[in-house]
Formats: sequence, structure tokens, C-alpha cells
Amino acid sequence: MKKSKVFWGYAVIALVIYAVVQLLITTEVIDLYYKNMLITMCINIMLAVSLHIVIGVTGQFSIGHAGFLAVGAYVSAIITTKLMLPFPLAILLGAAAAAVAGLIVGIPTLRLKGDYLAIATLGFAEIIRIIFLNTDYVGGAAGMQVKYLSNWTYAFFGVVLTILVISNFTNSRHGRACISIREDEIAADAMGINTTYYKVVAFAIGSFFAGLAGAIFAHNFYIIQPTTFGFLKSFDILIYVVLGGLGSLSGSVIAAIFLTVVSTYLANFPETRMIIYSLVLIIVMLYRPTGLMGTKEITQLFKFGKKGGTK
Amino acid sequence: MEWIQQLVNGISLGSIYALIALGYTMVYGIIKLINFAHGDVFMIGSFIGFYAIAKWELGFFPALLLAMLVCAIFGVLIERIAYKRLRNATRIAALITAIGVSLLIEYTTIFFRGAQPAAYPEVFKNKSLDIFGVQISSTSILILSVAVVLMILLQFIVHKTKIGKAMRAVSHDADAARLMGINVDNTISATFAIGSALAGAAGVIFGVYYTKIDPLMGVIPGVKAFIAAVLGGIGIIPGAMVGGMLLGVVESLVSALGFSLWRDAAAFVILILILIFRPSGIFGKNAREKV
Amino acid sequence: MRESKKLKKFGSLLVASSLLAGVLAGCGNGDDSSSGGGSSSGGGSSDGDTIKIGANLELSGNVASYGSSIGLGAELAVKEINDAGGIDGKKIELIKVDNKSENSEATSAAIKLATQDKVVAMLAPATSGNTVATVQIANDNKIPIVTGSGTAPNITVNEDGSVNEYAFRTCFIDPFQGIVAANFASGELDAKNVAIFADNASDYAKGLAKSFKETITKSGGKVVKEEAYVAKDTDFRTQLTNIKAANPDFIFIPGYYEEVGLIVKQAREMGIDVPLMGADGWDSPTLIELAGADALNNTFITNHYSAEDPDQKIQDFVKAFKAANGDKAPDAFNALGYDTIYYIADAIKRAGSTDGEAIKNELAATKDLSLVTGTFSVDENHNPIKTATVLEFKDGKQVFNSKVNP
Repeated sequence: MKKSKVFWGYAVIALVIYAVVQLLITTEVIDLYYKNMLITMCINIMLAVSLHIVIGVTGQFSIGHAGFLAVGAYVSAIITTKLMLPFPLAILLGAAAAAVAGLIVGIPTLRLKGDYLAIATLGFAEIIRIIFLNTDYVGGAAGMQVKYLSNWTYAFFGVVLTILVISNFTNSRHGRACISIREDEIAADAMGINTTYYKVVAFAIGSFFAGLAGAIFAHNFYIIQPTTFGFLKSFDILIYVVLGGLGSLSGSVIAAIFLTVVSTYLANFPETRMIIYSLVLIIVMLYRPTGLMGTKEITQLFKFGKKGGTK
Repeated sequence: MEWIQQLVNGISLGSIYALIALGYTMVYGIIKLINFAHGDVFMIGSFIGFYAIAKWELGFFPALLLAMLVCAIFGVLIERIAYKRLRNATRIAALITAIGVSLLIEYTTIFFRGAQPAAYPEVFKNKSLDIFGVQISSTSILILSVAVVLMILLQFIVHKTKIGKAMRAVSHDADAARLMGINVDNTISATFAIGSALAGAAGVIFGVYYTKIDPLMGVIPGVKAFIAAVLGGIGIIPGAMVGGMLLGVVESLVSALGFSLWRDAAAFVILILILIFRPSGIFGKNAREKV
Repeated sequence: MRESKKLKKFGSLLVASSLLAGVLAGCGNGDDSSSGGGSSSGGGSSDGDTIKIGANLELSGNVASYGSSIGLGAELAVKEINDAGGIDGKKIELIKVDNKSENSEATSAAIKLATQDKVVAMLAPATSGNTVATVQIANDNKIPIVTGSGTAPNITVNEDGSVNEYAFRTCFIDPFQGIVAANFASGELDAKNVAIFADNASDYAKGLAKSFKETITKSGGKVVKEEAYVAKDTDFRTQLTNIKAANPDFIFIPGYYEEVGLIVKQAREMGIDVPLMGADGWDSPTLIELAGADALNNTFITNHYSAEDPDQKIQDFVKAFKAANGDKAPDAFNALGYDTIYYIADAIKRAGSTDGEAIKNELAATKDLSLVTGTFSVDENHNPIKTATVLEFKDGKQVFNSKVNP
């Protein structure tokens, strides 16, 4: 009883934060710049958490996450701009299409291990990108113009849903099965866990939420082009997860927020931006090779009651 | 006849992939690191060669040797500064560091000389040789021969010299090698030096053959070479050579069939098919998993 | 017990994430109000003594070379204008932002320039896609954008035919150059069987190829082979082998100099000696270095101007650019970046204010403005009407061939 009260406490706090930010946006205290930054942040959090379930929880080394982002973005964009259907449906179908793509990619590749899996997922992501590049229906290289339909509400509840589903999955029986695969696949197999099944499930869930992020991404930036979804985008997402700490959900969230802020701030230094960014990356990795949070969650560092002090 | 010509085109391209892939595969074999900065060492090599030929007016071979030497030192520096500390960290942390190093090299180069491409000066008067109706440029023959010589040299180093023996021992079992009195740190550095020197040579050859070089030129050949290394079985030296050649030929043939836009996709499809049916690459041995 | 632990964990994560978002939003908010407070002196660039012009450019990422070239040209123009006393005594301040060659970053950069730096006008990104990503921001914030090299028609005109009020450009639109090239090929060179070799990863090249194909087919020519490549490719021999086999008497190669230089070189090496033609994407001194002067003989381009033109304005520009950039001759991107600043500056001067709407009206009303890349007036679709020049390469020099009016 007491614990469920804690849950509702968190839920209320989340809603309050949503409401406060929404109010600030409506009253234009938060201007377009910060609103855009918040939405970008939400998209990056969704991407980071959706890759976290594949790499952090299940231990499967995927470096082709941008492919699923692309599927979500393109499918949702087709639904709103070509078929003229409502945006919520586009988000749902975009995410579902990405999950299907995840299954198609995952079933053959997830039998591979380590670096072989990595290069195979990278390959699939590039294949997805090349398919879009050569499809004139979605504009080929010129890309597709997309209506601006996203807003803080979609982005925030996208994040809430992503974190809700993935953290619940991680703490369920299925999630523990996935963790056992990460720790020792052979031992997990020997214990009677259907490792292929769980790897594919985790992969499909990750793809689903990458697609969700893709739908909001597409409707936030006016145009999508195949070049946006190259392997460098996949690396960006991978960096969030590793920098945050493999296996730490809150770590990937924090890293996504941290790097979005760093990247936005560095836009003021156009000439040296990427140099500073890469130095930050190298230095963090050299001095904290386990990532910012290690495998710990932020809740293990601070008790709920002391939450206010974490600022 | 046209097909033979396409094949020759493919082998020239493949020999460059193979030279880069060798460095990938050697480093991977010894410390299990996907060194994403390798493509950028290739880029640095290309620029060293460019300045050597265009500004200091050296010939092709001195420039090639200079680029190899500088790249070898550069590779060792990267290893000592960035990767050495991470030897006991997770492999993915090392990978992210490698991506960071790669971005750092690229954008530092852009910072100092801008992103504009440079054109390699012509070092050889290019002649087209007509062999049985097939046009083969003299440069492509030269490139192929340089690449083959370097590969033979590498085989010699790995199999006939003391350092090569040490490298094989460390890649087989680093702890056992250390117990046998092999200086593991120096051996790893030597691996980086040799791999980077080959990338540097590939950079100069690339410049001479394709003329255009720019600070981001290493990204795509880097990824392609990585594919080639995996294709052949990562960690296996002959595998990288065969993988590189195969990739070059496949790309050329797909373009020749009129599917040039699907060329990269075809390379990946073949990669995935090989991985599914032979999960450890063409030359890979199926290592037994230990519990 | 376990059940509730799970809930707790989830909830705490939720809060952790939203809290962080909240904190950031909070500090963002603080920042904003403080700059709002302090900006009464400097923020309203309209009443300050500088005029802020934003430059949203590809300075990193895969088309960094184009964006930074536009930037070099723009910087030179800003320096010249400021040295000459600025616009009505006010100096121009160019605020450069890097968009990493990504659409999403281009949007964010435009928002930053509009809301944080409060610029009066923006130099839009070098590529069409990235420019499209900023058009809506320009319209919403009433800040005119001008792209130097975004050639896609949909930057200024939407699919339904409506004009984007705040979007302008200084370059040709795609169809125009394709038509000029096709007419030149069939008229002057008497080409009957043509081949097209286009960059499939570039909407610019695809747009040109499309209008070229339509025009040449209409005038009785036949397209015997269409091949494509992808930007950043370095080996074109396979496609060229196919083209050679089709035996065309003219090859149209829309694309950028980085690849075209290699294509021309490799084509000549393979014994393809028919006329080759391209567009302003070819215009760069690097093209000559890449392809070699000999290989470039018997090739033609459509362009805005010729750097060899003895016209005083052009020669002054070439001289000034070389002086500022270590004796490097300017390319088309440099020239267009340079002109874009002059175009904006001219409109601001005539508007007599830095109000976005006034500047926009003057940009649209520009008539017979004489710039380096030609004298132009702006049509109702916000596109410049200017003469295209056909140039021929002779021993590494661009030689004037003919002028084509739109």
C-alpha cells in the first residue's frame, strides 16, 4: 500500500512538471527556442531509452538504431501528409511499422554475436536508408516536407510512455530474462530461457519506441531526408546510452539531456563545436569508462524523500 | 570484354579497401577494439602524401614512405593516449572513445585547413594500356602492385619475424603471452604502428588514384573497410585482403549491372547473408564458446 | 512487495527525468527573462548600432565544404560593407551557427538566430533540404531568409502554388539551368543521342537532370543512357563504362565539382571525348585541379558569371577574395554567399529600417540589382531573374561562350 502511494507520488510530480512547463509555454515565458530544445531533448531521451533496452538491458550490440527512427519518421509522415490522417494515428502506425522493421531485422541478425551483430545492424540501417533514398514516392534525395504537428504534450507523454513501458519491462520476468542474457547468454540458455525469443522481443520494443521518436521527430523539423538517418545518427544514439552508463535507464536519460544541452550550447561556437564535443566524449570515457551512472539508477543514489535536494 | 574491365575496376577499388581493412583487422585481432579512428588515419596519410608531393616536391615513393612513417607514429600516439587506459574497460566504452577520436581528428583537420577538398597533383603520366581490348590505366596497375607488395611484406612480418610472432601470441592469449615474457604493451603499439602505416599507404594510393581528398574522406572507406574485415572474418589477415577485394568487385559488378544506386545496399546484403550463413566471416573459424 | 518496488522504481525514474527537464526548462526560463531584461539596450538590434544578420550554415557534417564556402563569401561581403561605413552608419554583425548538415539542426539553428540572437535577416543553409527546414521559422517569426545556393523550387513556392513570404534566394532554380543546358546541347552542339549522369543523392542534380531530359526530348534529342552516382563516390568507372557502351554524342553531368572533377578525369582517361556539360555546381578552381586542364577541354557549364570576366565588379571581387583567402580563387558558392549579403544589405538600406516585414518587402521589390553573379530583378515567386552564361573550358580557363536570357 505504502509503495503504491510512492508510485502515485511520482506520477503526480510528473504531471505537475508537465503542467508547469505547458503553462510556461502557453504564457510564452518559455519561448520557441527553449520549447524546441525541450522537444529535441524529449526525442533524444526516447531514442536513448529505446536503445537502452537493446544494449543496456539485453546486452545486444546494435549500432543501427537510426534505421528504425527513419521508418517511424517516414511512415508517420506518409500518413499525415499523403493520406491526410490524424497525427496520433500516424504516431501509432509509425511506431508499429518500426517494430515490424525491428522484427524483420532482428530475427535473422540476433543470432549473431558481438561485433558481427553490430555490423549487421549497421548494414540493415543503411539498407533502410538506401531504400528511402531510391523511393520517389517519399521524395528520394530531396526528402519529404512534413507538416508541423508535434508539441510539448506529444513529446512529454512520448517520453513518459517510453520510460513507463521500458522500466516495467525491465523489472518484469521478461526483463530479468533479458538481463540474464546480457550477463551470460550460455548460462541463460542452460537455465531454459529462450534467448532468441527475448532478444527479438527486446529489439522489437526498442524499435517501436525509436519509431515513436521518429514520428515526433518528423513532425517537428518540417522536412525529412534520407541523409538525416545515416550511421552517424546511430552513433549519436549509441553515445547517449554508453555515456549514461550501460544498463542504467536514468543514466541514458541524463546523458541524452546532458548532450542535447552541450550540443545546443556549442552552436555558439560554430568553428570549434565538433572539436569540443569530441573532447568531452573522449574525456568522459577515459575518466569514467562505465559511463556517468555506471549501472546504477538515480533512485539508488537518492532516496525519494530527498528528491528536492538533487537539484 | 566490358566485364573484364569492370573486374579490373573492382580489384583496384578493392585493393584500397583491403589495405585499410588490414589495419582494422590487426587491431581487432589483438585488442578486440573496432578502431573507428582508423579511417581518419587513412585521411591523415593522404594529406601527408599530398603536402609531401605538392608542397615539398617529393616523388611518389618518398611521399609514400613519409606518410607511412608519420601515420605509424600517429597511430601509436592514439593508442597510447586514448586506448591504453581503456584496455580493461568494456569494449563499448573503447568503441565510443574511438568514435570520439575519429571526430576529433576530422574536425581538427577542418579547423586548420577548412572542409574544402584538395586535388592530388599528378605524379604519373597516366597511360591507358590496351590489353586484349581491355583498357587498364597504368596507375591502377601500379596501385595494385604497391598494395600486393605491402600485403606480402605484412605476411612476412607477421609470420617470419619476432615481433610478428609476439603479435600472434598476444592476439591468441594476452595473459599467456605476458607470462612467456612478451612485452604486451609494446606489441600492441607495434600492431597499431603497422596497421596505421598501411592505412597511411592506402591514403597516398587513394589520393594518386582518385585525386580528390578531403577531411571527411576517411568515413566511408573506413566503414567499407570494416565491412570488408568482417566479411573476411575479423582478426584474420588473409580474410581482410580477400574481403576487401570481394567488396570492391561486388560493388563494381552491381554498378555495371545498372544498379549503381543500390551498390552500397548490395554490399550490405552480401555482408548480412555471409554473416547469417557463416557467422564468423569467410575465413573465420567457429570458435567454441566457453562457459 | 516486489510489485511495489517495481512501481517505486518506475516512478522515481519518471520523476528523475521530468525533474531534469523541469530544471533545464527552469534555467532556460531564467536565462530568457534575464536576457529580456538586459536586452533593452542591446537586444533590439534595430535600435542598436549594429545590424545582426544570422548565417545558418553547414560548417560540419557531410556538406561542410559547401556551407563553409558560402560563409567565406559572406564574411568578405560583411567586411567590405563595414569598412565602407556599414548600412547607414550601422555595422553588420554576422552571427554564424553550425547546422551540422542536418535538417533538424538547421531548424534549431534558425530558431536560435530568430529568438536568441534576434537577427533581422538570415542567410539560409547551402542545401535545399536544410533551407526548407527553416522556411516556416522565417515565416512565423517574420524574419526574411535568403539562401545562396538552395535551388529547389519548393523553397520559395509551396506545392499549392502559394509563395513563402519570407523566403528568397540569389541562385537560379533547378529547372532553369536544365533548360538552358538542353537548348545549348541541341542548338549549338547539335547533340542527338545524349546521356545523363546525375548525382542521385542531391535534389539539385536530380532537378536539373529532370528538366534537361524533358527539354531535350521535346527538341528531338534522345536520351540513350541514364546513369547515377551518389555524392562522395570516388570511382565512376563502372557507370562510365556503361555510358561509353551506349555511345552518346553528349553527356550531361549535373552535380557538384567534388565528384564532377573526378568524373571528367576518369571519363577522359577511358577515352570518352564527347562534349560534357554541367551547371553552376561545377564552378570551382578545385574542379580544374581535380580533372586537369586537358580533360576539361570540350566541356561546358551554365553559370551566373565568369570569374574571368573583365568586368570591374567581378575582378574586384576576385582580387579581394584572393587577398582574404591566401590566394585561393573563388568558387560559385563563395560568389553566391558574397552576393547574398549584398542583396540583404541592399534591401535593409532601402527599407530604412530593420523591421522584418519591411526588409521582406524590399527583397521582393528588388529591381536591376547589380551583383557579382549577375544583375537581377526578383519575380513574383521570389526567384531572381538573371541571365545565364554558358562558359567553355579551354586549357583550364573558363571562356565566355554565350548568354541566355530567361
